[in-house]
Amino acid sequence: MNFARVREKIAFILLGATMLIIVLPILLIIWYIVSNGAGAVTWEFITQPPRNGMKQGGIMPAIVGTIILITGTMAFSLPLGILSAIYLVEYAKDNFFTRLIKLSIVNLSGIPSIVYGLFGFTLFVVYCKFGASILAGALTLAIMSLPVIITATKEALEAVPQSFREISLSLGATKWQTIRNCVLPYAIPGILTGTVLSLSRAAGETAPILFTVAAFYLPRLPHSLFDQVMAMPYHLYVISTQVPNMPLKLSFATGFVLIMVVFLMNLVSIVLRAHFRKKKQW
Amino acid sequence: MVNVNPQVIIQTINLNCFYGRMQALTNLNIEVYKNEILGIIGPANSGKTTFLRALNRLNYLNPTYSQKGAVIFDNQNADDIPDDMLRKRIGIIFALPQTLPTSIFQNVAYGPKVHGIKKKSELQGIVESALKKAYLWDEVKDRLDMPAPRLSGGQQQRLCIARTLAVEPEVILYDEPCSGLDPISTAKVEDAMGELKSDYTQILVTNNTKQAARVSDRTAFFLMGEMVEIGLTNTIFTTPQDKRTDDYVTGRFG
Repeated sequence: MNFARVREKIAFILLGATMLIIVLPILLIIWYIVSNGAGAVTWEFITQPPRNGMKQGGIMPAIVGTIILITGTMAFSLPLGILSAIYLVEYAKDNFFTRLIKLSIVNLSGIPSIVYGLFGFTLFVVYCKFGASILAGALTLAIMSLPVIITATKEALEAVPQSFREISLSLGATKWQTIRNCVLPYAIPGILTGTVLSLSRAAGETAPILFTVAAFYLPRLPHSLFDQVMAMPYHLYVISTQVPNMPLKLSFATGFVLIMVVFLMNLVSIVLRAHFRKKKQW
Repeated sequence: MVNVNPQVIIQTINLNCFYGRMQALTNLNIEVYKNEILGIIGPANSGKTTFLRALNRLNYLNPTYSQKGAVIFDNQNADDIPDDMLRKRIGIIFALPQTLPTSIFQNVAYGPKVHGIKKKSELQGIVESALKKAYLWDEVKDRLDMPAPRLSGGQQQRLCIARTLAVEPEVILYDEPCSGLDPISTAKVEDAMGELKSDYTQILVTNNTKQAARVSDRTAFFLMGEMVEIGLTNTIFTTPQDKRTDDYVTGRFG
């Protein structure tokens, strides 16, 4: 009789099963999409605009549109998110006001994306008169991804040992020199993880771009920030629900390409992270 | 050993230090002379470290910290000197060897770099002379690119001394610098301190009363946030004025 060993076995099986329950759906989803859609992903599909009521041709404008939107989102949310997290962690005094800000940020990440869409529509499209445009869409997505970027950056900064700051300050470095040389370099891997996670989510969102940028059918590429674009998540939504007699494999193919774009973003972040980890030697 | 007419470099006037409501130092009036090694002894929670970190304002990293009274450094109120300038002139060695997770070279070059020295050749010269002064050069000269955290504890602590020396301070504070070191490493750190005497004022906080007896010119005894007694090391250890000092240095304390 060895209860400890039996319990150990039960715990192992239980934890392993949990793991399986989490991983299985992901694998199934990917397998389902790949097996149904991969066949339709041809060179034409990713380089041609849609034709014939979107039933033929490709989704090139939607791919380009999504990439532009993500780049725009990154351009706004990355500096804003990282700088405000630096302020919160390194500069802000621990008072009622700071705690209020931190609470708001946590709450912002719980707001449904459609609400961000409506907010972006009211503020950027109507009030700022940007119209439905790349600018309005990217700003809306940026606001939506800010809470996660701020939270991830905050945690990455807080994980840097306090002793690094003390060493730097004790040698007569200024606060900013300390942050720049002794804190940020060691926080970058964590910041990257959070940022890419947040941007991946932004890449796949439909609701925030619904009223702010996404075009139903726009085969030409945008000329300025004030143009509309097609975007993959919205395109997927449209061809799956609004276009009758749509070949199913085209929807899956679109989903497949969207997943690949997100996967590529993650790949870039993994490579960058490995590069920065090499610097970290403790 | 002690100047007839010593020059005061640091002075505190009625210094009171608080963490929140807890008072860590009470009415401290102390003078530190130029080029001396001042030993600070006392049991835990006697305010030794608080005193040390009050001198270069590192205490203020703790948001609950506040102080009353004045620290005078080089005839100037320390509050009137910008933090970065003050800390460049008053360096500190922490209790545990605190290295940055970069190479040996980068650790020592960090200070000079933030103070604006960019030329590689100049940095190399500074790093070499700092490591020599800290008695570490011979052990690491062939592997300056090695990650500093891979050095032994004693080597890391001497690296920390070299790093502090590289910014050319006037005062060096030691916060129990040998608490984690073996006797041989301790001896090496103490040797380094002796060599540095001619150029620097050094304040050594230590839990090891014998260490204070070995290296310091004068010794102060702190107890529960107050300075009980200060005097020539010899006097403190042989004929102290206060009974509590006597009890502490002879090991009858507590």
